[in-house]
Amino acid sequence: MRFASSLLLLACASLGAGLAQADVIGPPRVNDAVIRGEGFPARLSDFAFFTQARFQMPNAGVHPYALNTPLWSDGAEKLRFIYLPEGTQLAADGEGLLKFPVGAAIIKTFAFGEGEGEDRRLIETRVLLHRADGWVALPYRWNAEQTDAVLALTGGRVDLTTPAGEAISYAIPNKNQCKSCHSKDGQVIPIGPKARNLSAEWLGAMVKQGALDKVPAGGGTLPSWRARKASDPAAPLARAYLDVNCAHCHQPGGGASNSGLDLRWEQADPHAFGIMKRPVAAGRGAGNMDFAIVPGHPEQSILLYRMDSAEPGIAMPELGKSSVDHEGVAAVRRWIAEMK
Amino acid sequence: MNRLAPRHLLASAALLASAAAPLAAETHRVAPGEGGAERLQEALILAEAGDVIELGEGRFTLTDGLSLDVDGVTVRGAGMDKTVLDFTGQQGAGEGLLVTSDNVTLRDFAVENPKGDGIKSKGADNIIYRGIRVEWTGGPKESNGAYGIYPVESTGVLVTQSKVSGASDAGIYVGQSRDITVSENIVSFNVAGIEIENSRNALVTNNIATRNTGGLLVFDLPGLPVMGGGNVILRENVVKDNDTANFAPKGNIVASVRRGTGVLVMANDGVLIENNAFENNPTAHVMVVAYVQPFDDARYNPYARNVIVGPNAFGRGGDDPQLDGKEMLLAAFGGALPPVLWDGIAQGDTGLRIAKGVTGWTLGLKTPGQSLAEAQPGPLMLTPVESWDFPEVGAPAALEARLK
Repeated sequence: MRFASSLLLLACASLGAGLAQADVIGPPRVNDAVIRGEGFPARLSDFAFFTQARFQMPNAGVHPYALNTPLWSDGAEKLRFIYLPEGTQLAADGEGLLKFPVGAAIIKTFAFGEGEGEDRRLIETRVLLHRADGWVALPYRWNAEQTDAVLALTGGRVDLTTPAGEAISYAIPNKNQCKSCHSKDGQVIPIGPKARNLSAEWLGAMVKQGALDKVPAGGGTLPSWRARKASDPAAPLARAYLDVNCAHCHQPGGGASNSGLDLRWEQADPHAFGIMKRPVAAGRGAGNMDFAIVPGHPEQSILLYRMDSAEPGIAMPELGKSSVDHEGVAAVRRWIAEMK
Repeated sequence: MNRLAPRHLLASAALLASAAAPLAAETHRVAPGEGGAERLQEALILAEAGDVIELGEGRFTLTDGLSLDVDGVTVRGAGMDKTVLDFTGQQGAGEGLLVTSDNVTLRDFAVENPKGDGIKSKGADNIIYRGIRVEWTGGPKESNGAYGIYPVESTGVLVTQSKVSGASDAGIYVGQSRDITVSENIVSFNVAGIEIENSRNALVTNNIATRNTGGLLVFDLPGLPVMGGGNVILRENVVKDNDTANFAPKGNIVASVRRGTGVLVMANDGVLIENNAFENNPTAHVMVVAYVQPFDDARYNPYARNVIVGPNAFGRGGDDPQLDGKEMLLAAFGGALPPVLWDGIAQGDTGLRIAKGVTGWTLGLKTPGQSLAEAQPGPLMLTPVESWDFPEVGAPAALEARLK
């Protein structure tokens, strides 16, 4: 916001106040009306979240962010943004989800390929819109020309090669599938921007900008996945990975609540997060094993077996995964292997 | 693109005018063919409460799971052998169709070869499945999906006139739910034909369960969010020829079901088994047992309590039991085991009750989890009861009425 207003001042100074019309000086502002409105906007550009969409340059009020431990999606690079309407801010709520004002939006673009330029191919952008009657989740699919993304209510599939070199049929979720993950007790909610999974630096910077009311206690406590080292303790990494990749369904009120498996970071009961827990409705996902986690025995642990599969009916997560996250599997395998 | 905007606006205008103005329901027709999967999923997303989605005759080829999250929608095909959702080439999702909204009616179509479960409805109250077929067309295989028809965490469930075949767990599985009727279905070549698990107030009636590993199962298990299964009636079902070898992947509770089980009650509070016809279930027509695994759940009671075996037609059975010591047992009982097998484990005076004329045998065990090596098999020596009180149970009458 401040950046944009200072631009405006500069422009006014150089051009003279009489010429300072918004359409001359800068890009249109983010379209608050379509965020708060009723329908499903047909194009990503309708929101004006970006000044240069191809390069994901955020518009005024759009704040980039990153997560300490991100959700893995076939190795896609993810560009994450929070939009806050003018005059609003986020509110801290302990280590949990930041509280968003009505009119806010969360934007996540999925990309494959190197760098930030022409070699990077934008595949889809998912938006969460905070409307007066709750959150709405919508998927947008990028066109071949990479000029805009179009509403993909029914999702779709894109053939691509992952950074690991696997050729896959990448699945863009449909609108309902967005909710499958983004839901608790039947309501659509954000998942990612929990204070514990955001860096202290980012939280501090947001407070400085006036975009967050205060630095939350318990912010930044999840380990950094990208900066992890082989010598790091196994449990925090594995539990953070499971929290971020699995717990949106595997928690009370989540999509997989009936399994009784609760993989949230804060769950302290070993049986609840899988140790010597029998499967409920795993079917062939059980892989002829008896327990979700057998301490010391990753090869006898259903949880790892399902993470390590890309076959529908066995693979976990059920959505947003067409290949195996070998690094995630390795981290969870080490945790189970070292477990007494 | 934004096809629904006008109706949304109308809806809000109507809501402003009067609090509960019903919308005019619309019928959306979706035909198979080019883009059929996308058109079908789009219809499921854009439907509004009260709408009917009519699936044309033919075969829809699907690569991804479908889902419905709008209350009060009816999805209707041209018949369980005429409209087929074919998931043979499925690449993603854990089931063929997922329903997460209330008051939904699914009728007259088939789901074939889903990679995981067939149709799952979760937290979907007052749901009706009528005339649905879920089938794994390659016959019973461990690689088939687990459940065919799979309502869970729901209040008000009616599954009727449907067929499920090939499920590697249960054909029709109702879990962690209440107020349930499962009637007039045919379940065959599944590991479990029909399974009622951690659920209350369930009526299972007028079904045919045949060629499964086990016909009708009533389970109560520890460690689940919803506990306390009971008040289940199994009445006027045909349970015959359940002789398919168990093909469930190990680790699942049904992998322990013996080939040739007619009815299996494990734990639970209150199960009435009456006026069923049993024929050729080679291990046991009726088996009543406690939960035997160790558990750590203070809410859980592993005993089978208040189970009543009323009058039933018991034909040939128990003549090829999948039990250790089979030869000895058969010799001791004159070539065939009597129809009811009880583990003998009773909590106080809530142990098994039988009607006059019902015969059986007991393992003579005393406590849940006791080793089978300590079994003292012998004839069932219970004094038959003349009458019993049992609540009438089942889905709310409004569900039947919705089909009229």
